[in-house]
Amino acid sequence: MAVRLPTIAVAALALAPLLAACNPDTLTEAERKQVASLSLAALAPLPPDPTNRVADDPAAAALGEALFFDTAMSPSGTVACGTCHQADRQFQDGLPLGKGVGATDRRTMPIAGAAYSPFQFWDGRADSLWAQALWPMEEAREHGGTRAFYVHVVAQKYRDAYEAVFGPLPDIAGLPPAAGPKGTAAERAAWEALDGGRQDGVNRAYANIGKAIAAYERTLLPAETRFDRFAAALAAGREPEGDARFSDLETEGLTLFLGSANCVTCHNGPRFTDDHFHNTGVPQAAGLPEDHGRAQAVPLLLSDPFNCQGPYSDAPGRCDELRFMIREGEELERAFKTPSLRGAAGRAPYMHSGQIATLEDVVAHYSAAPAAPSGHSEVNPITLTDRGRAALVAFLKTLE
Amino acid sequence: MSRNTKLLGAAAMLIVLAAAVFSAMRFFMAPPDDLDLARSKASAAGLYRVTIAPELEPIEQGPLQAFLVTVTTPDGKPVDDAKLSVDGGMPQHGHGLPTRPQASGPLGEGRYRIEGLRFHMSGWWVLKIGIEGPAGRDEADFNLVL
Repeated sequence: MAVRLPTIAVAALALAPLLAACNPDTLTEAERKQVASLSLAALAPLPPDPTNRVADDPAAAALGEALFFDTAMSPSGTVACGTCHQADRQFQDGLPLGKGVGATDRRTMPIAGAAYSPFQFWDGRADSLWAQALWPMEEAREHGGTRAFYVHVVAQKYRDAYEAVFGPLPDIAGLPPAAGPKGTAAERAAWEALDGGRQDGVNRAYANIGKAIAAYERTLLPAETRFDRFAAALAAGREPEGDARFSDLETEGLTLFLGSANCVTCHNGPRFTDDHFHNTGVPQAAGLPEDHGRAQAVPLLLSDPFNCQGPYSDAPGRCDELRFMIREGEELERAFKTPSLRGAAGRAPYMHSGQIATLEDVVAHYSAAPAAPSGHSEVNPITLTDRGRAALVAFLKTLE
Repeated sequence: MSRNTKLLGAAAMLIVLAAAVFSAMRFFMAPPDDLDLARSKASAAGLYRVTIAPELEPIEQGPLQAFLVTVTTPDGKPVDDAKLSVDGGMPQHGHGLPTRPQASGPLGEGRYRIEGLRFHMSGWWVLKIGIEGPAGRDEADFNLVL
């Protein structure tokens, strides 16, 4: 009996850290700071986009919204931006590979908060939202049109709204119905037959279509989640209440996310992304051409006439992101953008070509850290218990 | 001592062990405790004295930023005819800098400006400043913890 009390005391002491882990009051100071840095309350105001002079013009955003959801923005009349970027599904489609006129090679990305990112797409081949919007419209498997086609659509359906924002459309008399540098042989020939001045006029109007769509997309921002309410209570020194209260499992997941699972090193800041490109050993998708990620995107970005330094940018002298961008090296091989984890639990399947079906499998992938199909994976393996895996998934669900 | 108490004791031992392993894992990824965080130091071969100053303090995770670098001789005379280069990375993650920062020419009084730095992850960063100057080529490595 004499030993009984001390034994219980030891047990109680030993249990203390475990119990403490379930109580937000006892998160370490460093963990509290990390939670605050991930909270939506820490999200800076949307940075301006000087390359798009109508970026914050409501009339441009209204035109952009109409264009975004209009299937007339494809020669088949069946594909709009909103076909893959579905408004009621976080502006994505839930498919492993986006499907426009045909099947693409990449997973459709969500849009909320994308305006904060210096580079768009999984591989960052566009350096603004407006330059991004122009790629799928001329991609044969997505909208499948040409820039001359889109200028015709705008002239027929949106002339007043367009001209109120951008001024006169170019003269479309005699402009071929389909002509562009990325189209079929006939469409490219029609484009080549136009003189430089006409091409420039079409390019400018095409860029403006992208700028209107970008103005709309800039209004799509991440929504508050349970995690943000938890973080707000923590910051205010209150006990989280209602749905802001985390279960033991969710708190354990948070601690792992910030700690030994190392998730927060890349999934950082209020959008849970470092906006950078990483090779994390994601397997090559079966049946698709080899995907080199950032390595194949850099030359496309540098040669894109719609990049920040190009003739259609409204601020070609303000292109620090492009100027200081890494252009070559091993680190670009199979590097893909860190996706935001906000809402990720509701956005299966995962990775740049939807290679991984569930969140549980994503956690298993990062725990196992397989070698990359090409290049070098930055991820180191970690050992997670079954409970640890479940905890991480439970935490990620608080970001919905 | 009852059987239950013994079980409780054994459970406690396991928990202590688990907590220790957990702390060790976290410690493994934390920056070393004894990092030299000096912002002013002699270059590796002692040819120059190099001082770095972020233009914005504290150093922010995410945005592009600039540092002012001052190069002097060991006895404090400004070095205004050097060419600076920038390299670095995260030793614990095995990767370099996420951008390609560039150093300006001399701004006078031994000062140079490095633009285009980004620290996109938290943790231990190393910034290597190469100096090609009248006394020869040398390098100063600085540790930063975000």
